[in-house]
Amino acid sequence: MKPQKIATRPRLKTSAVNHRRSGIVVTMAVAIAISLSVCYAQAQKEKSRSGKKGESVYAELAKAPKKARDRQNPLQHDPEAVAAGAKLFAQHCAECHGEMAEGGRKAPSLLANEVRQASPGSLFWILTNGVVRRGMPVWSKLPEPQRWQLVTYIKSLSPSAAKPQAPPARTEPNP
Amino acid sequence: MARRFSSRGLLFSLIGLLLPASALTCMAQESPYIVTYDHYLEEPGNLEVEYFSTFGTQRAGNDFHAFWAEFEYGATAWWTTEVYLDGQTTFGDSTLFTGFRWENRLRLLQREHFINPVLYLEYEQISAADKMLKEVEGHDVESDYAVPSALARKEHNHELEFKLLLSKTFAGWNVALNPLAAKNLTGGNPWEFGYAIGASRPLGLKASANRCNFCPENFIAGVEMYGGLGDRHSFGLHDTSHYLAPVVAWNLPSDWILRLSPGFGLNDNSHSFVLRWGVSREFSGFGAIVSRLFGGQKQ
Repeated sequence: MKPQKIATRPRLKTSAVNHRRSGIVVTMAVAIAISLSVCYAQAQKEKSRSGKKGESVYAELAKAPKKARDRQNPLQHDPEAVAAGAKLFAQHCAECHGEMAEGGRKAPSLLANEVRQASPGSLFWILTNGVVRRGMPVWSKLPEPQRWQLVTYIKSLSPSAAKPQAPPARTEPNP
Repeated sequence: MARRFSSRGLLFSLIGLLLPASALTCMAQESPYIVTYDHYLEEPGNLEVEYFSTFGTQRAGNDFHAFWAEFEYGATAWWTTEVYLDGQTTFGDSTLFTGFRWENRLRLLQREHFINPVLYLEYEQISAADKMLKEVEGHDVESDYAVPSALARKEHNHELEFKLLLSKTFAGWNVALNPLAAKNLTGGNPWEFGYAIGASRPLGLKASANRCNFCPENFIAGVEMYGGLGDRHSFGLHDTSHYLAPVVAWNLPSDWILRLSPGFGLNDNSHSFVLRWGVSREFSGFGAIVSRLFGGQKQ
């Protein structure tokens, strides 16, 4: 962190003007790079919205390995799992998937048949691994029981509970 | 006058951006580490604003309080970019701005694996008066910090830093290892090396059904250890400093995150005691707000 040992090797001859100039140049470069990163992120989101031609946004569910698909939800019969999952959903997922999981511009509806018919293990696998290239982060930072609580909540959702104006889903699911 | 106006304009712009964003907060499950990194990146489009303090004791010199502001933005699900603004107060000496850092973290693999690597790239433009101890590298030792600020601030350093963030979460435990290599571009300094390792776990693995401040799942506790490993010419533990620090994070339902970490020097080259604390808040949809300001589509 402190690359020079000043106490033993003072090296203070560099011109202050040069330092100021290089500082301005580097600061501008960093500012431009940050601006570009914001623009790039927005462009990536636009790109992911359009998706690959012909590929359903729910296709990722089918990519879960058989071993993951077949996993049983250990909290399936936990009386508190749905309520806890609803709380977690509001905290982490509603921003993209909508408060009622109806979907939004950033992420698809979780009320679709593909999700309702997916096995709990597949949903857990998607939560754990994310769909990074299309904008959904990995959620393995949530402990495993919390991911199962989320799965329990998602499986408990029914389309009739959703708000009527659900916009079309065009991207990958967030948890 | 013009300079004052531009500073004020910048301040108003920041407030203008953060005020609407404040309506879009979201609770994050943040790790408690202050030096170590795990492999989790910022959620895309989110901005996390953080403030950290480090109080350090100093033998043969004055104790210090270093502080930094951190702006962490999730550019994509695989790329997080961050800017730091650093400063410090040396008691009985002075308070000064010491520079800035620009950091990028790139997720290398799409899915979760046994070990998850993330590439870390950082550019620093800091003066030798910087004391934030965000990482320890090379032959950094306590006596470096005894130099009076007026003298140390005259030395400007441009530094590139690379880390490989290796991390694994299993059964609630996160274990992370971060080897680092750094090169000071000013002068003919050699490559320097260092490390940070950490382990942490939430106090509760299941979420409770009700919103609560003191639920065990809101607390994540752990420990981290970091230090230098010498440089290209003298790799090893000789003339290096090392620290061991328990860490705890409190993720509040009100979207604030508090972190606390008392650190202890492990040899005579280290500061005896380093106390760190930080507060942060995450704003979701920040990228969309910026995009809208420049005429982008409404979300």
